[in-house]
Amino acid sequence: MDDTIQLAHGAGGRMSAMLTEEVLRPILGNPILDRMHDGATLDMGGKIAFTTDSYVVAPRFFPGGSIGRLAVCGTVNYLAMTGAEAKYLSLALILEEGLSVEELKRVLRDVRAAADEAGVSIVTGDTKVVGHGACDGIYINTAGVGKIIESTDIAPQNIRPGMDVIVSGFLGDHAATITAARHGLKLPEAIRSDAVPLNGLVKEMLRGVPEIACLRDPTRGGAAATLNELAAQSGTGILLDEELLPVRPEVEGVCELLGFEPLYLANEGKLIAFVPAEKTETLLKVMHTHPYGKEARRIGAVTDKAPGQVAMKTALGGIRIVDMPTGSLVPRIC
Amino acid sequence: MCLAVPAKIVEIRDSLATVELRGVTREASLMLLPEAKVGDYVLVHAGFAMQVIEETDMAETEALWAEMNGGPRTVNLELSLHG
Amino acid sequence: MDEKTIKEKELSVRLLEEIKRLTTGREHPLRLMEVCGTHTVSIFRAGLRQLLPAEVELVSGPGCPVCVTPDGYMDAAIAYAGMEDVIVATFGDMLKVPGSSSSLAEAMARGGDVRIVYSPLDALAIAKENPEKKVVFLAVGFETTAPTAAAAVLTAERENVGNFFLLPAQKLVPPAIRALLADEDARIDGFLLPGHVAVVTGSESFSFLAEEYHLPSVVAGFSPTELLRGIYRLVRQATAGEARIENEYRSVVRAGGNPAAQKMMHQVYETCAAEWRGLGTIPASGLRLRDAYRRFDVSQTRPLDLPPAPPKKSGCRCGEVLRGRITPKECRLFGTVCVPEHAAGPCMVSAEGVCAAWHKYGGGIFQYG
Repeated sequence: MDDTIQLAHGAGGRMSAMLTEEVLRPILGNPILDRMHDGATLDMGGKIAFTTDSYVVAPRFFPGGSIGRLAVCGTVNYLAMTGAEAKYLSLALILEEGLSVEELKRVLRDVRAAADEAGVSIVTGDTKVVGHGACDGIYINTAGVGKIIESTDIAPQNIRPGMDVIVSGFLGDHAATITAARHGLKLPEAIRSDAVPLNGLVKEMLRGVPEIACLRDPTRGGAAATLNELAAQSGTGILLDEELLPVRPEVEGVCELLGFEPLYLANEGKLIAFVPAEKTETLLKVMHTHPYGKEARRIGAVTDKAPGQVAMKTALGGIRIVDMPTGSLVPRIC
Repeated sequence: MCLAVPAKIVEIRDSLATVELRGVTREASLMLLPEAKVGDYVLVHAGFAMQVIEETDMAETEALWAEMNGGPRTVNLELSLHG
Repeated sequence: MDEKTIKEKELSVRLLEEIKRLTTGREHPLRLMEVCGTHTVSIFRAGLRQLLPAEVELVSGPGCPVCVTPDGYMDAAIAYAGMEDVIVATFGDMLKVPGSSSSLAEAMARGGDVRIVYSPLDALAIAKENPEKKVVFLAVGFETTAPTAAAAVLTAERENVGNFFLLPAQKLVPPAIRALLADEDARIDGFLLPGHVAVVTGSESFSFLAEEYHLPSVVAGFSPTELLRGIYRLVRQATAGEARIENEYRSVVRAGGNPAAQKMMHQVYETCAAEWRGLGTIPASGLRLRDAYRRFDVSQTRPLDLPPAPPKKSGCRCGEVLRGRITPKECRLFGTVCVPEHAAGPCMVSAEGVCAAWHKYGGGIFQYG
C-alpha cells in the first residue's frame, strides 16, 4: 500500500481493492461488513429510526476527538435523540488526493473506537477520491439506523408549558476547543471536545423516566439554535435562567476573549431534555449516575408566555431574548 | 465599541507576554504597555495589553452605599483619580 | 454564587432603586446616550432597559466602528480581496458588512483570500508567512484599536516586512460627539462615555462635554453593575443640574490615558477629515498615515479606481439611528426587510450595531408574555 491517497484509490480497480483490504477492513471489519456485498442486510424488527449527517470539520484532529470520532458520535446521537438505540452505521469517505494513508488510518481507528464505545457496527460504506483542492483532506458521511426504545414518544410537539429544560453537562466545550485552536488560544489539558456517544445515557434516562417529552443534541448553533427550533416547533415559550447555565470557566474565558456567548457554541456530546417538572428530580438522579450526565442540571422551564420565543432571565432579573444565531462564529473585537 | 478583557500576565519574553484568563492563555504584546510586569492584571484588546488594572478602593463602593443611604460621600474621588 | 457576585448584585439592586427614586415624577425622560457599541450590547444582555424606570431613556450612539464605516470603504476592501496577489486580513466584525453591492463574505465565496484575525499582529504574521502576497489589514476602529494597528506598522518597519499594508479608516470619538451635538434635534441629557476609548485617551479628553456643552458625562465599565454605577452617577448629576466628567471605571481609566499608546498613535497617524456613515464628513475625525509611513497605506501604494459608492435608496435609516434621532423600531425596514441574515444597513450587520442588538435582544423593552 502506498503512503498517500491517489485518484486511482477511488477508481474501482486494483488500487481501490488494496485500500479496502489493507486499510479499511483491518480497522473497521465485522461479520456484516466482511460479507463485502453491495449493501448490508440487517435484521431489525419493530420501529426503526434512520438518520444521516456529513462531517467536514477543520482541523481534523483536536483535543478530545477527530473527524472520525465526530462522524460516529454525531450520527449515534441523532438516533438517540429520537429515542432509538443505534445499531448500524454506513460510512462514506471523500478523500482528497494526496492525503497520507497514515492519517486516514488514524481517522479510521477513531471511527472504530467510537463505534465500539457506542456499540454500533459499520456495516456498509463507500470511498471516493477527488482531485487536489476539491475537498479539504477528508470528508465523511455516516448514516445510521436504530431501534426505537419501547414505550417512548420523543417529539418536539410533546413539549408543554410546565415542563423543565434539562441539559446533560457543560455547554460549549466542543466549539471552544476548536475555535481556541484556530485563534492562538491555549486551553488547559482538561478542556477537550466533548464528542461522546450519548446512546447509553439516553437509554438509562428513558428507562428511568419514560415521560421524557423531547430530546435534542445542541450541535451547530449551540443551545440557542436548538431551543429556538424547539420553541417554534412546539409553539411554547422557553425561559432560561442565566445563573443556572453550566459553563466551564475556561469556556467562558474563550467567549470573553473572542466575543462569543456560550449558548451559541456547538456541542458534540450534550443533550437537552424536556420533562414534566414533577419528574425532574428523578431524571437528574438517573443522569448523575452516568459518566456523560454527571453535570446534568435544570436550566429553565417551558411556559405558555411568548410562544415560539426563547428568553433568558438575567442575573439582575431582566429578561432578554435568546435569538436564533445568524451565520458562523467569527471572533470579534468590537 | 471595543471588546477588552482582563487577564493576568504569567510570562514575559521581550515585549511579548503570555496572559491568562480563566485558565485560557494567549500571547499579548506589551508594545503599548511597556511598564507591565509578570503578575500584573492587564486589560487586553486585539492582542495588546492596554492598561494595568488597579484594584479599585473598597472605600469607594462603601462611599457609594453611604451616599445612596443618604449620608455624605466621604471619599474624595478627585484625589483617588490616577495620574 | 461567590461573595463578590452577591455583593455586586445587592449593589445593582440598590442602584436601580436609587435611579428610580431620583427620577420619579419627571415630566420628560432623561435621555442618556451610550456612545459605545459594546455598552449597547452589554446593556441589552443584562436586560437593563427593562429594569430601568421609564424616566431613563437610553439612546445608542455612533460607537460601533463597523456601523459608521461607509460603503466606499467596504467597496475598496472587496476590490482588494478580489486581487490575485492580495490577502485581506480583517477582524471578524467586518465580514458581513454590505458595501454598495457585495460583502467580504461574498468576495471570500468567489475565491478571494480573506482571513479573520484577532489582532493586527496576526495580520503581520500572515504577511511574513506569505512573502509572495500583499497582506492588507482592514484598519478600522476607534482610539482603542488605532494604537494596535500603529504598533503593527512600527513592527513591520522595524522587521522590514515589505508586504504588510493597512487600509486605514480609524476614527476618533470626540469629534463625532461634537458633530452629534451640533444637531439641535439630538436632545441628549448626558453621556455614558466609552470606557475602553478612555483607557487610551484618558477621561480628560472628554472634558469639553462639561465645559462647553454643560452635559453630565461619566466614563463607565462594561459589567451590569459598572453600567448601573455609570447611569446612577449620570442621573445624579442631571437631576442636580450639575455637569462634570466623572470616572466610574478607575480600575483602568486614568485621567491622562495611556501615554505609550497615544505616542505610538501620533507617531504613525495624523488626523484628517473622515466620512462617517450617518453623520457625513466630520473634520479632523479620522486618522491617516503620516508621510513617513504612507508606504504602508495600500490606498496610496496601489490606488483603486472605483466609482463613488452610489447613495443607498433602500430606505435604510441607519444614519438617523446612529445619531440617536430615531430608535430602530421607527425604521420601516427594521425586522422586515432588514434582519441579521440579510441586513439592509450596517447597524444590523455588526453584532454590536444598535439594530442588531434591538433585534437580537428583543426590541428595546422586551415585554415578556
